[in-house]
Amino acid sequence: MPDLAALRRRRHAIHGWLLLTPALVMLTTFAFYPTVATLWTSLFSRGTRRRPTEFVGLENYQRLFDDPTFWLVAKNNLLYAGVTIPISIALALAMALWANSKIPARSFVRTAYFTPTVLPMIAAGNLWLFFYTPGFGVLDQIGALFGAPSVNWLGQPETALWAVCAVTIWKEAGFFMIFYLAALQTIPPDLKEAAQIEGASRWAYTRRIVLPLLMPTTLFILVNAMINSVKLIDHLFILTKGGPSDASKLILYYIWENAFAFFDAPAAAAMTVLVLAVLGALAAFQFFVIDRRTHYR
Amino acid sequence: MTGTPYVTLEAVTRQWGGKGGVRDVSLAVPEGAFVSILGPSGCGKSTLLRLISGLEAPDAGCVRIAGRDMTARPASDRGLSMVFQSYALFPHLSVRENILFGMRVRRVQRAEREAKLAQAVAMLGLEGLEGRKPAALSGGQRQRVALARAVVSGHPLCLMDEPLSNLDAKLRHSVRRDIKGLQRRLGLTVIYVTHDQTEAMSLSDQVVLMRDGAVEQVGSPRALYADPVSTFAAEFIGDPPMAIVEGAALGRPGALIGLRPEHLSPAASVPDLAGIVCEVEYMGAATHLIVDHPAARGLILSVPGHADWRPGQRIGLHLPQEHRVLFDAQTGKAKKDPQQDYGGDRRQTAPRDSRKAPQPHPSTD
Repeated sequence: MPDLAALRRRRHAIHGWLLLTPALVMLTTFAFYPTVATLWTSLFSRGTRRRPTEFVGLENYQRLFDDPTFWLVAKNNLLYAGVTIPISIALALAMALWANSKIPARSFVRTAYFTPTVLPMIAAGNLWLFFYTPGFGVLDQIGALFGAPSVNWLGQPETALWAVCAVTIWKEAGFFMIFYLAALQTIPPDLKEAAQIEGASRWAYTRRIVLPLLMPTTLFILVNAMINSVKLIDHLFILTKGGPSDASKLILYYIWENAFAFFDAPAAAAMTVLVLAVLGALAAFQFFVIDRRTHYR
Repeated sequence: MTGTPYVTLEAVTRQWGGKGGVRDVSLAVPEGAFVSILGPSGCGKSTLLRLISGLEAPDAGCVRIAGRDMTARPASDRGLSMVFQSYALFPHLSVRENILFGMRVRRVQRAEREAKLAQAVAMLGLEGLEGRKPAALSGGQRQRVALARAVVSGHPLCLMDEPLSNLDAKLRHSVRRDIKGLQRRLGLTVIYVTHDQTEAMSLSDQVVLMRDGAVEQVGSPRALYADPVSTFAAEFIGDPPMAIVEGAALGRPGALIGLRPEHLSPAASVPDLAGIVCEVEYMGAATHLIVDHPAARGLILSVPGHADWRPGQRIGLHLPQEHRVLFDAQTGKAKKDPQQDYGGDRRQTAPRDSRKAPQPHPSTD
């Protein structure tokens, strides 16, 4: 007679694996396998007709570190993240606090803030291309009213990256606002009234109660913003194509160029591995360090 | 219950689109008194409390606290503390920080802060819990933190919005006594909103009974129990509440006759009213017989100890003349009847609480 307990345990195990299978299959096909394949590719030389692919160890990485464009692109991306993340989060929070208070036409305000998020990035890029166009673009026309000279925002290395940053902030702030708005609505109104009776000003209430209670949301948004600062590059294809002279080129755009414009797959793979490593380390830092100081309800 | 009115409401009205809220409420709360605002849900009792606290502004009328007109002043200027039904503890702050919050935003000196904190923690038995977050506390402990927060504020007026409704029945009794003790010890003026008439009766110096946004009756618990001004008051106060019998069934057409359950008894000889027992509830010290009669509602007989009755049995009831309370059948208001003695002052057995009521009539046991 078979051991009933063992039988049941096995059934449990099979049940568990069956539940895991769909996610496991999807993740393996689209995340784990490509990661391993990329890592593998980055260790081999670029194959040509005459010289077939061969194992070169870390040579591709060495080549990358010797490439000044790589460092410029990395610097660009750091600046891009450093500017867009804090500004879009601060803006999102401010908009959410405002759109959550009792104001006239509240749903209109919320919808207006959210609209940029609904637009595809390519459409947003085209829209802003029109804003930035020297001569008859909206910015130049407004500037002309005040007698300012025409500026080619996207056409000069000093301003191109900043112009791209502005588009990203415009696009992201509304999206993050929705998360803040949802979080604000879970804060019971009692807390505000209790603080009011204790004599807390609006600012004291916001700083001591609302912001700490929004920390989990901020953390979530931070992770998303960080990933997006690497991932979201669609508008570059429309606005600058990384130019002029690589001034607005970001890492992922450079990876794309290496892979599909220069057909240098190993270089692209090496860069991808580096990006994955950096993002992974950042996520780990956020979840293990900042998370501990965050209050979850 | 002495002293001048500490909180005064003068013809206060607050409504939303002509509905709900409170209309034309006037009230005087003496200093150091424990006043309950009692009523069914939706009668405007919480609105009244919010009007006093300043969280809500009246459409018309005037709110005075300590003799000063506070109608247009914000909550923080009114010198009061409030205990919320949900306790409204800040979930991300420890017990200690929750209690200190008000003093921190008011920039109270550190030494004074610490002294008051220690005092409140000791007074409410929160020692050892100072570092915990509200989520790690039981319901009763959260309630005590909310009370401690009110205590450290040092305000002479404390508003409580159904503070016991989230506690289980057993805890409710002990916290009830704690609240009363705290009020006595600190000499607080407490305005206490509840829908539970037992709470209101046992805690208060004065009960304000509300109905549909207006005050139905104001008085001591004893006055409310003995002299209800209307059938509404009669049927709201008491557990079980007063039974109402149509006058025609007792030879007084045009009137409604109210009787407290403890005054009803099975008839020895000729019954005043004959009904059918439809439910028997054994409560330990007493047995409640719920009696069905076409001309009566809420006819519940409270007989001491265990009573051997079965549902479906016919029962003859004795309705003593001296305990009959008369109401007008049209308006539901109490009627003065020269032949009747229903005044609580002159009644010898006037009970404060039906459970403890003396039983002047022989039981079936």
